[in-house]
Amino acid sequence: MAAIGLGHYLSVAAILFAIGMAGIFVNRKNVIIILMSIELMLLAVNVNLVAFSQFLGDLTGQVFAFMVLTVAAAEAAVGLAILVAFFRNRGDIAVDDANLMKN
Amino acid sequence: MTIVAFAFWVFALSAVASGLMVIASRNPVHSVLFLILAFISAAGLFVLMGAEYLAMVLVVVYVGAVAVLFLFVVMMLDVDFVELKQGFLQYLPFGVAIAGLVVVELILAFAAWKMPSDEAFAAAHPVATQGSPLAGPDAPTNIEALGLILYTDYVHYFQIAGMILLVAMIGAIVLTFRTREGVKKQDPVEQVGRKREASVELKKVPTGQGI
Repeated sequence: MAAIGLGHYLSVAAILFAIGMAGIFVNRKNVIIILMSIELMLLAVNVNLVAFSQFLGDLTGQVFAFMVLTVAAAEAAVGLAILVAFFRNRGDIAVDDANLMKN
Repeated sequence: MTIVAFAFWVFALSAVASGLMVIASRNPVHSVLFLILAFISAAGLFVLMGAEYLAMVLVVVYVGAVAVLFLFVVMMLDVDFVELKQGFLQYLPFGVAIAGLVVVELILAFAAWKMPSDEAFAAAHPVATQGSPLAGPDAPTNIEALGLILYTDYVHYFQIAGMILLVAMIGAIVLTFRTREGVKKQDPVEQVGRKREASVELKKVPTGQGI
């Protein structure tokens, strides 16, 4: 078996990203799972950044992984807050019902 | 197979498998728990790559805060999750097709990537290679090197990250804040501003008669 190189890490990140993307498609009614899928995609991006940072020997990638981490945490907090507010108003979290602004 | 390769395969397989379970699991609580496992596996991969500090931040921030937040929300909302799961099989072929396409595209793109040789890169980026494995045994540790550049070269990014977190915190509080009716609460302003006339009434009571 070949030594573990950059390609291995990038492949794992690509598969994780695709899983997150597929999760958005197959769970389109459940906002919580969609938010978790977005977290998975951001995690894959972080793996990519860290892998390139390590194998290029440049720490800038890790600093940007920090930024991605910050934005992901902020996004999760605000997204879940919106979800809770939506649930209080509608008593449900089905995405299909979220069309008040349209009507 | 070296121990590093073995650890890589364990963490990679566990990350991918728990990622699949996050989107396929019936119970959202199980989804959150598998999300935690995926994050821990990714932290293991980070350690293997030598990014120890990011790995620890991932465990503390994600497993400690974000995943628990998800868990709270999942358990707090009284929702029929079985109903929300409908349409899963209907969209499954579509989702699998898209995901497969993305994986093939990304791996093809990465396969075409040519790594520059270490010596050529170090010659081109003399500063960037400080703190990397290229720098030798007496190089600063990962956290030391990160701290050295995070608070100097990237201090503005650092402050912007702080602002983003502040805005997210205020936003989350504003979104979920509500004043509920019928809750008895102490109002100091009203208490201090209370006048004697509003609370006590003096009556002249003639002897032998009631009011």
